[in-house]
Amino acid sequence: MTSLPERPSPKRLGLVIDLDICVGCHACAVNCKEWNAGGVSAPLTDLAPYGVEPDGVWFNRVHTFEVGEGAEGRTVHFPRSCLHCAEPACVTVCPTGASFKRAEDGIVLVDEDLCIGCKLCSWACPYGAREFDEDVGVMKKCTLCVDRIYNETFAPEERVPACVATCPASARHFGDLGDPESDVSKLVAERQGYDLMPEMGYAPTNKYLPPRPRQRSAGCTGAAAALPPAQPAPQGLLGWLDRLLSR
Amino acid sequence: MHPALSVIIFSTTSGAGYGLLALLGILTPFDALSQDRIFGFAALALALAAITIGLLSSLFHLGHRERAWRALSQWRSSWLSREGVAAVATYLPAGLFGILWVFYGSISPIAGVLAALGAIVTVCCTAMIYRSLKPVPRWHNGWVLPNYLLAALMTGALWLAAVLQFFAPRPAVTLLALVATAATALVKIGYWRFIDGETATSTTASATGLTNSGPVRLFEAPHTSENYLLKEMGFQIARKHAAKLRRIALTLGFGLSFLLSLVALLTSGGLAAAAALLAAPLGMVGIFVERWLFFAEARHAVTLYYGQAAV
Ligand code: SF4
Ligand code: SF4
Ligand code: SF4
Repeated sequence: MTSLPERPSPKRLGLVIDLDICVGCHACAVNCKEWNAGGVSAPLTDLAPYGVEPDGVWFNRVHTFEVGEGAEGRTVHFPRSCLHCAEPACVTVCPTGASFKRAEDGIVLVDEDLCIGCKLCSWACPYGAREFDEDVGVMKKCTLCVDRIYNETFAPEERVPACVATCPASARHFGDLGDPESDVSKLVAERQGYDLMPEMGYAPTNKYLPPRPRQRSAGCTGAAAALPPAQPAPQGLLGWLDRLLSR
Repeated sequence: MHPALSVIIFSTTSGAGYGLLALLGILTPFDALSQDRIFGFAALALALAAITIGLLSSLFHLGHRERAWRALSQWRSSWLSREGVAAVATYLPAGLFGILWVFYGSISPIAGVLAALGAIVTVCCTAMIYRSLKPVPRWHNGWVLPNYLLAALMTGALWLAAVLQFFAPRPAVTLLALVATAATALVKIGYWRFIDGETATSTTASATGLTNSGPVRLFEAPHTSENYLLKEMGFQIARKHAAKLRRIALTLGFGLSFLLSLVALLTSGGLAAAAALLAAPLGMVGIFVERWLFFAEARHAVTLYYGQAAV
């Protein structure tokens, strides 16, 4: 049923991604691919993986942006995956009932046996979270690792999404964003986590934490956080030697 | 947005078919057209063939054609599903109208009006599929629905005027084709002016939420070659190519079919027939080009993550 659940549970499972901490290593993207290539959405087809123009289905992609100008500029790594929106038009546009949002925890999934591969849901997602699998002819997307988080054969601490489990910097957090007392909700409140493109009206569940302000001093050492600029080149004999040696 | 041929052929061809069907269903019972059985057969066959070819073409867009019937199930929420239901439902009154007319020589106003209603609803659903997509601001606006409806009326009327030339030419129908062509062109020009002057709905800053640290620009994409997102949603057309195609649609499509309809209106006999017969395919060319541009010029919000500054 592609209408949204009439009585959704207050539980809203999702991710919190810390843009201050992410180092852009792509480990989450790779482990997502690795897990899901063998999970419920398998295969995640690769086309020409060793060719000149490799292409394939991924549920998580890490972009890198430059923010600000000159000395104030900084690099922000930006992982992008399904935000498991509360108002997901990707679900309501689906003509077949393949796309659905679970009432019990808000996870947005595709039933691949119903999907006709019309691609309309990927047009309806502003965040580019849905990728078509050309080989299988159906739409695929992040499952919030539904086959891990409820997996009773796993030790409780391993029942988190593959991308969260693997992040070496702990920039990704998983939890119930519908519960204001959960660790993730507290983190969002403390760090002023925000929604991507709120103007689209999709009410994403996943939140992003902004990069912290640049540090001006090296904490308790009292030293400046950055080295002063290098001295200008010396004049006279020393300058002549400098120029000679740096040829 | 990638201009997929199967989808463009669908909406132009079936649009013309539905326009023709609606005009036949409404005008014939009021004796505004010929009630000749052979005319009925020719005109309805043309309409239903165009509709069917269009619908079959749209199936080529699917990853699983054999499951297409499932698309009829979610009419409560999905415009695509509603379009499918309306398209299938329209065949019933249209078929009945045709059988009664061609085989029994009786014109059923109820079947005719129901077929016309079905045709109009189907075209509205097609337009609403695009109109409802917020991530594509150039589709999510009030110009799209009138654009699709008028295009169907224009091409339907042009074909009707052309077919009538072989039976009993009706100046009123040629005049309708003329007016509909002018109206479609005007609405299209209005749409183009609107998208050219539109202010951004979303920017790279709002897409990343990095809104208060200065300008945001893409430094490194996540992958080195094009993926599904870029192939499907990242299609870009150079401004100068778009301008040229707009001129082609306006002159070759709308302008010429308008002039030829005028010739058909003011003359009679062979010249009028030739003009009307040429006007219809040229009108189709115009709609095909504008529909191709409708996709090619549309920008999707996901491109904000890949270097597009605003959509
Ligand atoms: S991010 Fe896209 S695919 Fe995921 S729920 Fe939101 S609209 Fe749907
Ligand atoms: S591609 Fe599949 S999941 Fe997406 S809208 Fe079409 S049928 Fe639904
Ligand atoms: S939750 Fe699972 S499927 Fe979704 S991005 Fe993370 S690893 Fe991939």
